[in-house]
Amino acid sequence: MAPNWCGCGVASANSAKLSTNGLKLSSNRFNFSKPYPRRAYRVTAYYGLTTPPYELDALEPYMSKRTVEIHWGKHHNEHVEKLNRHLKTSAFYGHTLEEMVKATYNNGSPLVEFNDASSVWSHDFFWESMQPKGGSMPTGGVLDQIEKDFGSFTNFKDEFTFASLSLFGPGWVWLYLKRNEKKLAVAPTQNAISPLVWGDIPIIGLDMWEHAYYLDYKDDRSAYVNNFLDHLVSWHSVMVRMMRAEAFVNLGEPKIPVA
Amino acid sequence: MALLRSIAIPSNKTPTLARTARSLTTATLPPLPYSYDALEPVISSEIMMLHHQKHHQTYVTNYNSALELLHTAMDKGDVSAVIGLQSAVKFNGGGHINHSIFWKNLRPVNAGESEPPHKKLGWQIDADFGSFNALISKMNAEGAALQGSGWVWLAFDKEFNRLKVETTANQDPLVTKGATLVPLLGIDVWEHAYYLQYKNVKVEYLKNIWKVINWEYAGEVYEKEAQ
Repeated sequence: MAPNWCGCGVASANSAKLSTNGLKLSSNRFNFSKPYPRRAYRVTAYYGLTTPPYELDALEPYMSKRTVEIHWGKHHNEHVEKLNRHLKTSAFYGHTLEEMVKATYNNGSPLVEFNDASSVWSHDFFWESMQPKGGSMPTGGVLDQIEKDFGSFTNFKDEFTFASLSLFGPGWVWLYLKRNEKKLAVAPTQNAISPLVWGDIPIIGLDMWEHAYYLDYKDDRSAYVNNFLDHLVSWHSVMVRMMRAEAFVNLGEPKIPVA
Repeated sequence: MALLRSIAIPSNKTPTLARTARSLTTATLPPLPYSYDALEPVISSEIMMLHHQKHHQTYVTNYNSALELLHTAMDKGDVSAVIGLQSAVKFNGGGHINHSIFWKNLRPVNAGESEPPHKKLGWQIDADFGSFNALISKMNAEGAALQGSGWVWLAFDKEFNRLKVETTANQDPLVTKGATLVPLLGIDVWEHAYYLQYKNVKVEYLKNIWKVINWEYAGEVYEKEAQ
């Protein structure tokens, strides 16, 4: 419920009695020093739970409906609710989510909002990194860029898989664009960290927390990652993200299509 | 499943005389002191089987691999390789230590109602936490608040002769929080410890696990350490 901040006087039965010129004006119903009642409200806005761009069972059989329902409906949702609770009193209210993630990471000494802000951002990013009938191979400029930066598409898949299995504890694995080196790279991160915190541009995010795969794959992480790469990853999303990234990073050749 | 890319190991070993006589004591998976379904319905047999045969076994296997690579690196005097292996040793070795304690912390449901600790450990709990229930609440709160994966411990601090509730991240063993800390009880709050049964409701798992906690073991460890 948005807080209601009244900035100006509202007509009421017990209005203040003194006007500015010192005359005492009392009133039972109308405050004659003001011609009409004025109300001022401050509008506040909080984050909502973004729906994945597909039905909750659309990723079957590689990610079950049950997993998506719990992962999105409980875990992701809880982060949104906790973030909103922080924002009621946080100095970071009003920041965009990306700004908030970077700022609350605080160069490695994360503030209390970081875990939830970053989790909300990363989970939104994760659902959009997947699509029904995803996987197989990218084409065109995206494929060219991957081949340029990894040597081959297979090399990229190997690096991505290795990074995801190398994590000690919960975390994520990312394909991201390095601004300074102007190239794509793969990196694992711990807990809720994402490439946003060090200023780079995420292109694919894969949740490697146990809750992301345990119901479907138990402890078989490599099956989860292989299915993600072969059947779920949305190269369409990758293309769109790379197009946007080109506004910030001059990739030169090859050209990612511009509408 | 080895998580490490192998560091190049020379195919022919160094001559026997030049080799240091360091023996390699590898870790082995300890057997469970009860059957896999003994903790039902608090912890399902499916979870116990996966937890013991897959997760703990993987820590053992990977610890042994890391240990071998470490010995090779030490023999070769490869300092950066030795340092590079530390995180694998800590993670997998810690996983082995922590889970070995965990199996002893649990006892079958049919071994009677979970008795709160009595005699010396019971008195110490009352002294340091106010009451047994206060300790449970504190451990549950710390476990619930833990972000990511880790463990929540009832620890005995030998230096100050008092009990403490501690949490450690990932598979860090309790000693990483203090060299004088002795683990009496550890509760695994990694998602694999409860997810198949409790899903995201970690607090339910924490509430229920007290029904299968082995206070006898905790009391034994405590009496041994608290001189």
